[in-house]
Amino acid sequence: MSDPLLSLNNLSCERDDRTLLSGIHYTCTAGTLLQIVGFNGAGKTTLLHTLAGLLPITGGEVLWRGKSITRQRQAYCQELLYLGHQAPVKPQLSVRENLLWLSALNTPANDADIAQALVQVNLAGFEDSPSYALSAGQKRRVLLAQLYLSRATLWILDEPFTAIDKAGVAALEAAMARHANSGGVVLFTSHQPLSMAEFTILDLSEYLPPQGAFDA
Amino acid sequence: MSWQWFHRLGSPRWFYEKTDRWLKWLAPLSIVLMLVGISWGFGFAPIDSKQGDSYRIIFIHMPAAALALVGYYIMAIAGAVGLIWRMKLPFMVMKSAAPIGAALTVLTLATGSLWGHPTWGTFWEWDARNIFMLVLLFLYAGIVVLAQVYPSRDAADKACAILALVGTINVPIIYKSVDWWYSLHQPASIKLTGSASIHPSMLYPLLLCILAYYCFYSTALILYTRREILLREARTSWVIQLAQTRLARRKANVTGEGL
Amino acid sequence: MPKPHTHPSLGVGFRAIIRRDLLSLWRNRSDIANPLVFFLISITLLPLGVDPSHKLLATIAPGMIWIMALLATLLSLDTLFRQDFDDGSLTQFILSPQPLYLTVLAKVIVHWLTTGLPLALIAPVLGVMLSLPVGGYWPLVLSLTIGTAIMSLIGALGAALTVCLRSSALVLTLIIMPLYLPILIIGANTVSSAVAGFSASQGLALLGAALALALLIMPVAAAGALRISSNH
Repeated sequence: MSDPLLSLNNLSCERDDRTLLSGIHYTCTAGTLLQIVGFNGAGKTTLLHTLAGLLPITGGEVLWRGKSITRQRQAYCQELLYLGHQAPVKPQLSVRENLLWLSALNTPANDADIAQALVQVNLAGFEDSPSYALSAGQKRRVLLAQLYLSRATLWILDEPFTAIDKAGVAALEAAMARHANSGGVVLFTSHQPLSMAEFTILDLSEYLPPQGAFDA
Repeated sequence: MSWQWFHRLGSPRWFYEKTDRWLKWLAPLSIVLMLVGISWGFGFAPIDSKQGDSYRIIFIHMPAAALALVGYYIMAIAGAVGLIWRMKLPFMVMKSAAPIGAALTVLTLATGSLWGHPTWGTFWEWDARNIFMLVLLFLYAGIVVLAQVYPSRDAADKACAILALVGTINVPIIYKSVDWWYSLHQPASIKLTGSASIHPSMLYPLLLCILAYYCFYSTALILYTRREILLREARTSWVIQLAQTRLARRKANVTGEGL
Repeated sequence: MPKPHTHPSLGVGFRAIIRRDLLSLWRNRSDIANPLVFFLISITLLPLGVDPSHKLLATIAPGMIWIMALLATLLSLDTLFRQDFDDGSLTQFILSPQPLYLTVLAKVIVHWLTTGLPLALIAPVLGVMLSLPVGGYWPLVLSLTIGTAIMSLIGALGAALTVCLRSSALVLTLIIMPLYLPILIIGANTVSSAVAGFSASQGLALLGAALALALLIMPVAAAGALRISSNH
């Protein structure tokens, strides 16, 4: 029984005084591969933002290695890799330059590491291509290359399977499974059917607020 | 124990119910003080040796200027409390204080301009006081506009609080630099803090007016904050109950009169 | 067993952001020229709108050059964080273990190097065009160098507060103007008093103090504002 890494205790997610989710209890131990499921607008992205520390926690707490994430922001961010909907790829820079600054924010990578990571996402040889010339799918794969460069323990991936082809999906699923098996934690959302062997599901429909007014 | 009191202070409902009682005496007091102060100043204080009757506008102008400045600090402190202790009520107070302070600044500038015309022959003078008040107006306007255009209300609160706090550091800097600029360009100046000596028979009505303005400001701030509370807490059960009671009472009054 | 992670030194991310922004700007070189062109053109308008006699121009030259530098800086501020906000880089900055203060400082430094410093260096040309007397040139360049740095710092706060708004230019101007005023007053007067024969050191010292204060406060406030803006 491994130690819990990420714990959600009675967590609630609010947006402008509207409670989207309440009373979430979940514990992720090392090796967790967790899909967060819910209908559109249920609060999946809000939950992921809250877990990443982007949104303030309005109710309950989120613990990482036993301590609240609000009390250990730097240590938590050191172990966190977040990939969202957007593509922080600067068009004027080459693929390698983009990966250099993205990795420098957490754990700097060198050229050799970057070349290897690009091979893994099927972009070998694209190091010096200007990013404005990339297709949407290629841009997403550049971002996914971070998964092979980062040393983060916790991966929070918001719809990582968007805009990549079948081979890419298979490679990504393999990478996620590998990360979980080596003791990391992966939280993700996806609209597509998955062929991964074992993963658990957190269904947000269990945590929707009851209809009606609340007391202040 | 004391923290419990402090956190209760942050409850909008508690504030709303407490101020129900306060307003019953605060509002009439403000009106009375204001009427007495202004009529004393306009009607009974002696004529000034240099400016004749036109100086009387100081009873409206000076307290407005003082309150505009104090109001900015009240707004900034409310913002700071809201940011540090993450409470809702201070942000509501901050948001309410902004338009009141802006209005006071406009009043100051307008009355100052009215004062300037008969006294110095011009409606507008680029002197230290006017510039300072104008800058204060821009500081207020920035906060009012920011509160309006921000898409999310929580974000608007925090953004306005940050802006207000940075502004408080700026207020003494602006005052000092404008004063310095003015002293370089106009040798004879009227100091921002008021003339050197003022006769007691004019001082007392002035002090009374200042007190009246403080009461009036507090009343206005409480009223605006209560409105903000009702707006923001509209979906909570205590507000819905309050609205229902009021509506029932109004219906009872109407049918009662009809009978 | 999770892979061990190294803790990078504090300067790595800082340098990476400076390098990234400088590279991006260098590859879009035309963007750098915009404030400079505005600066030059607007100064040309001055003698055409006002009596172009040397005496008049010399009197108002220090103030006018400072005002134009201020407006040119204002024009360039909207884009300080906008692209990062739009493409999601801002989220990565916030989620980085590197303090957001350093990230903001890195971006401000690049902004100053590519906007404020060129303005300060080109100012003597404008001084010549406006018949600025000889004693004013050095104080003009020095005061503008420090002044534009302060303006970049204050502007970062304004840009951070308004980056999530759609039509942010007007709100940005409204917010920043009161904060810029003392800098304008001190800077313009430093040059005017130098022209009149007094020493410029008093004004420059005041500007230096303002820079120190701005360096301390503005990136912190801007970082807070960025956290707020990024989610909405």
